[in-house]
Amino acid sequence: MKTRVFTIIVILTNVLGNFLLGLGLRDVGSLVGRSPLAFILALFNPLVAIGVGLLVAWMLSHMALLSWADLSYVLPITSIGYALTAFMGRIFLHEQVSPTRWAGVALIVLGVILVGHTAPRSRKPEAVAEPECMLEEVLTR
Amino acid sequence: MKWLLVAIVVLTTTVGEVMQAMGMKHHGEIHDFSPNALGRVLAALTRNRYIVISFLAMAFSFFAFMALISSADLSFAVPATAASYVLETVLAKALLKEHIGIKRWAGALLVTGGVTLLSM
Repeated sequence: MKTRVFTIIVILTNVLGNFLLGLGLRDVGSLVGRSPLAFILALFNPLVAIGVGLLVAWMLSHMALLSWADLSYVLPITSIGYALTAFMGRIFLHEQVSPTRWAGVALIVLGVILVGHTAPRSRKPEAVAEPECMLEEVLTR
Repeated sequence: MKWLLVAIVVLTTTVGEVMQAMGMKHHGEIHDFSPNALGRVLAALTRNRYIVISFLAMAFSFFAFMALISSADLSFAVPATAASYVLETVLAKALLKEHIGIKRWAGALLVTGGVTLLSM
């Protein structure tokens, strides 16, 4: 139940956040090669600001979900967001979605159904101790 | 330029998410969602080095992604950056020691294939 609620929050905040960010940045114009100040100023665009707020919520809910669920579970499941992005582009931005893209959406949905049938957590929490020791060595070197 | 930004986004996203998963597993499962308990969780996470590295990587990833979608279509940018999927699933097995059964591999491959089709 907890996994389901957080999965839905992660997906919705990601799709809506990216959508509003994209919409807002259309107004701002290209940021490539511009000064850091241009990036900061872009944040004052209302759509960009709401988009960033949603992406902060996405980050926090994603972290909470990862505190108990596998990364290899969370990744494919939340990818249903790509399919939703295609639908949103079709409905709200009137973008053309080609048959190839709809096929892509179908494959993603199939993949999500398959992964959804696996247990969110594949191993006991203490099992992660080993890679952490490895990483600790690398990081303190 | 477009593909350089895609490469930066993919690499920083992969490092960021794998480190985030590692940091959160290190922290342990969150059970209590009261504001006080969540405040304590956030305080603990600021001292978690995996989370700190993950935030740095994700900040890079975010600004590179912003630069990318300011100059390219969202319907190109989002699927192109999905290459981080394959990398992350492999690292989840190698570094996080997750058990990835046949269903999960098949699902991950279907998703990767689907995302590739979306970007065409």
